[in-house]
Amino acid sequence: MAEAAESPGDPGTATPRPLFAGLSDISISQDIPVEGEITIPMRSRIREFDSSTLNESVQNTIMRDLKAVGKKFMHVLYPRKSNTLLRDWDLWGPLILCVTLALMLQRGSVDSEKDGGPQFAEVFVIVWFGAVTITLNSKLLGGNISFFQSLCVLGYCILPLTVAMLVCRLVLLTEPGPINFMVRLFVVIVMFAWSIVASTAFLADSQPPNRKALAVYPVFLFYFVISWMILTFTPQ
Amino acid sequence: MAAADELAFHEFEEATDLLAQTPNEATTRGDQLVPQQHVAVAVDSGGSYGAEDEVEESDKTAVLDRIKGSLLPRPGHNFVRHHLRNRPDLYGPFWICATLAFVLAVTGNLTLVLAQRRDPSIHYSPQFHKVTVAGTAIYCYAWLVPLALWGFLQWRKGVRERMGPYTFLETVCVYGYSLFVFIPTVVLWLIPVPWLQWLSGALALALSAAGLVFTLWPVVREDTRWAAVLLLSVVVLLHALLATGFLLLPAATSGARSTSPPGHISAPNRTTVTAPTKVRSSLGRLEPAGVSLFQAQHKGVPLPALPPRR
Repeated sequence: MAEAAESPGDPGTATPRPLFAGLSDISISQDIPVEGEITIPMRSRIREFDSSTLNESVQNTIMRDLKAVGKKFMHVLYPRKSNTLLRDWDLWGPLILCVTLALMLQRGSVDSEKDGGPQFAEVFVIVWFGAVTITLNSKLLGGNISFFQSLCVLGYCILPLTVAMLVCRLVLLTEPGPINFMVRLFVVIVMFAWSIVASTAFLADSQPPNRKALAVYPVFLFYFVISWMILTFTPQ
Repeated sequence: MAAADELAFHEFEEATDLLAQTPNEATTRGDQLVPQQHVAVAVDSGGSYGAEDEVEESDKTAVLDRIKGSLLPRPGHNFVRHHLRNRPDLYGPFWICATLAFVLAVTGNLTLVLAQRRDPSIHYSPQFHKVTVAGTAIYCYAWLVPLALWGFLQWRKGVRERMGPYTFLETVCVYGYSLFVFIPTVVLWLIPVPWLQWLSGALALALSAAGLVFTLWPVVREDTRWAAVLLLSVVVLLHALLATGFLLLPAATSGARSTSPPGHISAPNRTTVTAPTKVRSSLGRLEPAGVSLFQAQHKGVPLPALPPRR
C-alpha cells in the first residue's frame, strides 16, 4: 500500500537515535482515499441472530440451554483440564442439582421437628451459602476466578453426590442391614472423592501455589458435610 | 532490626515487645523486607484476609504454625507476639470454628449410632438441628467474647503504660486458634469411656485456657490485681462453660425425648425414676457408671406424640 516506514535501526548508523525518529521522514507516494463506506461484516448477521432467538421456538431455546448444562455435566463426570465450565458459566445446573438433592434429603412433615434430617430450606441454605462462603474465601486468598464462575464450578461438582443420593435411596428400598450400610458408605465415599477431584481440577489452578491447600480445605469441608447428610439419610 | 538480633539469646519477650511498639518496622524474617501494615481490615476492593496478601512466605505453613502454637502454649510465649507477629488473619479462626461446629454435629450423630448398636431400643435419627445449634453457639462465642474482652481491655487502657492492648482482630484470632484443640478432643469423645472423656476434656480445656492466659498475662499484669484476676478467671470460666457445653450437646438438643437418650447410656440395671432426673440421666456422651450420680435411667413415660419405636 503506502511506502513502508524506513527500516527500524539501520545497522550502519552507529549514533543512537531517539525512538521513532524516522517516522517524520515517511512520505506517502500516493493518495489513499479515506472516504467511503464502513461496513461491519458481522452486523447483519448479528441482527438476524438476535431476532432469530426471539422468534425461534421455545423448544429450541430450552434445548440449547439443556445441551449446555448437559455438556457441563459431562465435564464434571470426566474432569479434564478444560475451560468450558469456567468460560461459559451458568447457574442452571447448580440450581437443578441443589433442588433435586434438597427434595430427596428432606424429611417428611409428619415427623417430629427436632430430631430428623434437614428440611428442604436447610439443605438449600447450606449448599448455597456454603458455596458463597467458599467463593469469598478463595477471592480473599487472592484467587483470580470470578464470583459466579466459582459458584458454577462448586454447584456442578455436586453432581456425583446427587448420583450417590439416588443410589442410596434405591439401596434403602431393600432391607436394612450392615451390607446395606456398607454399600451406601462405599458409594458415598467414592462420589465424595470424585467431587473433590473434579472441583479441585477447576479451582486449584486459580490460586497462587502457596495457598492452594488453604483454598481446597473449605471445599473438602463443604462436600464432606453434604456427604454426611446423604449418608445419614433415613427414610421415615 | 539489630536490636532484635542482639536480644535473640536473651529474653525473647523484649524483642517482640519492641516489635509491637513499632509495628511498621520492616521485619527481617529472612524472606522479605516489605514494611508491614499494622492490620489490614478484611474486605476492600483488593480483598484480603487481614494482611495475608503481603506475606510472601507460604501461607499454608503460616496457618499450620499458628495452629501448632495454639496447641502447645508455653509460659514465656505470647501467642500474639510470637505467632501472629501483628499480622492477624481471619482464615484460621473462621474455618476452625466451622470445622468444630460440623465435627461436633457429626460426632454427636455418631455417638447415637454407636449407642443404637449396643442398645437397639434407641431410636436413631439424623438430628440435623445439632449443626445449627453448634454453629450458632461457636460463632457467637468466637466473636462476642473477644469483642467483650477487647472492649474491657480498651477501657482499662489508661492504667497500662508499657504495652498497648491487642486489636480486636488479634483477639478474635487468639480465640479462634485456641478453639482448635477441641477438634481432636471431640473426636476422642467418641470412645465411650467416661473417665477418658473427662480426662481429655480437662486436658483440652487446660491447653486452650493456658494459651489464652499466657497471651493475656503481659497485658493485664500492669493492671491492678483485682482486675487482672477477675479478667483471667472470667476468661477461663467462659472457656470451661464452652467445653462443658460441647460435652453435653447431644443431651441438650434432644433432652425432651425420654425413650431414647442419645449417647451411650448403657447402665446395666434400668430403674424407673421420676421426671426431674430425666434430662440428667441422658447426659449426651457420658456413660453413667454403676454407683454414680447419674445411675438411674429413665424407662419410658409415655409422652404424647411419640414416634413409634423402631
